[in-house]
Amino acid sequence: MTHSNYQSWGRYPKATHTIAPLYWRTDPLPLPEDHSKKVLPYGMGRSYGDSCLNNGGTLFPTRALNHFLQFDSETGILTCEAGVTLGEILAFCVSKHWFLPVTPGTQFVTVGGAIANDVHGKNHHRAGTFGNHVLEFELLRSNGERLLCSPNHNQPYYAATIGGLGLTGLITWATLQLKPIHHRALHTETCPFANLDNYFELSNESDHFCEYTVAWVDCSANGPNLGRGLLFRGNHLKPEEVPKHWKVPSRNFRLPLNLPGFFLNSWTVRTFNQWYYQRQQPKTTLPILQDYQPFFYPLDSIQDWNKLYGKTGFLQYQLTVPAHDRSIIKNIFQTIANSGLNSFLAVLKTFGDHSSPGLLSFPRPGVTLALDFPIKGAKTFKLLDYLDDQVAEAQGAVYPAKDARLSPRHFQTYFPQWETLANYIDPRFSSSFWRRVTAQTSPTKPILTNTSPSENPSTQQPSTLEANHSPTPSHLGTESPSKPHSTLPTPTNSDKTAQDISQ
Amino acid sequence: MTSYPKPQKTLILGATSAIAQETAKLLAQHHHHLFLIARDPQKLAIVAQDLQVRGASQIHTATFDLNQFEHHDALFTQVTTQLQGIDIVLIAHGSLPDQHACEQDYSTAEAALRTNFLSTLSLLTKLANYMQNQGHGCLAVISSVAGDRARQSNYIYGTAKGALNLYLQGLRNRLHRNHICVLTIKPGFVDTPMTQHFKKGLLWAQPQQIAHGIVQAIEKRKDIVYLPWFWQIIMLVIKTIPEPIFKRLKL
Repeated sequence: MTHSNYQSWGRYPKATHTIAPLYWRTDPLPLPEDHSKKVLPYGMGRSYGDSCLNNGGTLFPTRALNHFLQFDSETGILTCEAGVTLGEILAFCVSKHWFLPVTPGTQFVTVGGAIANDVHGKNHHRAGTFGNHVLEFELLRSNGERLLCSPNHNQPYYAATIGGLGLTGLITWATLQLKPIHHRALHTETCPFANLDNYFELSNESDHFCEYTVAWVDCSANGPNLGRGLLFRGNHLKPEEVPKHWKVPSRNFRLPLNLPGFFLNSWTVRTFNQWYYQRQQPKTTLPILQDYQPFFYPLDSIQDWNKLYGKTGFLQYQLTVPAHDRSIIKNIFQTIANSGLNSFLAVLKTFGDHSSPGLLSFPRPGVTLALDFPIKGAKTFKLLDYLDDQVAEAQGAVYPAKDARLSPRHFQTYFPQWETLANYIDPRFSSSFWRRVTAQTSPTKPILTNTSPSENPSTQQPSTLEANHSPTPSHLGTESPSKPHSTLPTPTNSDKTAQDISQ
Repeated sequence: MTSYPKPQKTLILGATSAIAQETAKLLAQHHHHLFLIARDPQKLAIVAQDLQVRGASQIHTATFDLNQFEHHDALFTQVTTQLQGIDIVLIAHGSLPDQHACEQDYSTAEAALRTNFLSTLSLLTKLANYMQNQGHGCLAVISSVAGDRARQSNYIYGTAKGALNLYLQGLRNRLHRNHICVLTIKPGFVDTPMTQHFKKGLLWAQPQQIAHGIVQAIEKRKDIVYLPWFWQIIMLVIKTIPEPIFKRLKL
């Protein structure tokens, strides 16, 4: 049975799938008989682009794999199935005074998705990525093999699966190290900054005494106001700060339908951004007690907020570039401001230098900027193509979990370790994203089976990149069981490679 | 989080069904003492382990195929000996028969009625008497909106659930004086393994939503509950269509 209602969060590109939900972790994978049909696990569909899509293939929805296996209230070690959401973990553990070690901006993601995208949060400068706190997991491969993966067991598969975009097999369950808290509330502050230099000063200072920092930036501001915004920072409560009474907020609003495409136009976005910046002004640096829900997940209270962008969907773009040279990120802001395309939400955060165990992990020391753009035809794609080049020149990277349009050339420049990952991909697993970014760019050999944006820039742009541009080391280096391919693997020849490994 | 002075003793039949699992999670959070019965020991172990972590005060499990009526006595004895009193029974087992196959072959139709109606009748005969002697408790049974009016696309299932509704109505009337609550649960379309081959639309609910409704209805000692609530209106409309018109509809 084919379905068109399993989409990504950005609702672009559209895809059609055969659906085979998973119900029990002990069951074998319901693989299609046709071996050319690829499969991909699908959790909450919160990836923005096409990394959670497998157009023309099969999706394995994992949400019914939502059983807990074990919890030790002394050590905070939790073992649960991969379809459990972070929200379900919090609902379970917060009252027991444990919290997620790392959480992204939504609690509506599964544990499997959090590992597959090696998600990060407002405490990256302290805690690294989600993968840093995954003690072990079980990986079910299409040949029926169940691999226990940890830093000590099947380490190459452990590394390849963290940030491995769901391609290395099905994560059935995982063991996480939670962190102790005293109360569900946090001490939070909102601090305005007038420009990017101010941001760096404020952020660097805050990172010393705040566990959580993140900034919202008014992308429509230009000139002397370029990069103005608000920094949100917070800490869990100390025992002596715990309030006697606490009212748990309950607000929930579901956006019932797609808003018309013109709802988010440059005027509404600019006005919103200006209003939001002004509104926060009087509240400066007055610390308040805030529940963890609105602090970590402000958008979760509007369910289906992606429908704000109408049926055509939107593009999210998250980049990271080194922070030692501030002109890099300034130039990027200038590019966006000059383009006249406003991002409704722009989020800025300085990453720490914790390295993740994940092979294809996105965060690296520097500053990261997340933007979302309504799709306004070719000019939106053109802007992002231009940013791709700027990021590549700065030896940065773009986040696969949010991407729907990156060219193979750019992806492979940002993540040269992709060829090592290809060795560990399960021969029956693939995704729209993976087929797109590993496709050979020559127009005479189209490998893409999925619909790609008509504005696909990969064949049009002059190359400004050098082959060995990015210095990112391969974590697997010595342990790789076979040498990376000299040519780009396609879905068919990666089959062969992965079989070689499993023998 | 305990809302009861003593852990409630709850028996769940068909404990690995999606709705039963989600309901049991909520009961485990309230530290219920659970007795779980299901057919597949491996799945049952997964569910029991999950509920243990979520806070159940104690868990017993037993593997039974509820279609084997001759084992119902043994089941009853095992449950009452181990639990020593039952506060809540949740009957959640069932299957969705292939309507077309039922039309072609009587034994298929009969099997559907045994699973979806007669097995419950058999189980409740002993359990109802047990509760009557005990003088308190709740018998919660998952039926379906399909039992409100039979239609061509699944009237064998509808017949079983319709018979179940009538049976529960009578039982409720009988046990009312003994302070026993008999709850008929009528879910609409629910996204579960039983319905995995259906195309899902706006009217579909998640098992979590149904579970919240069930727990609430048990707490409020309701008689009949439609889940989600809007099915009460839909079924009201469907029931009022006159038969001369209804028989012409393709439903």
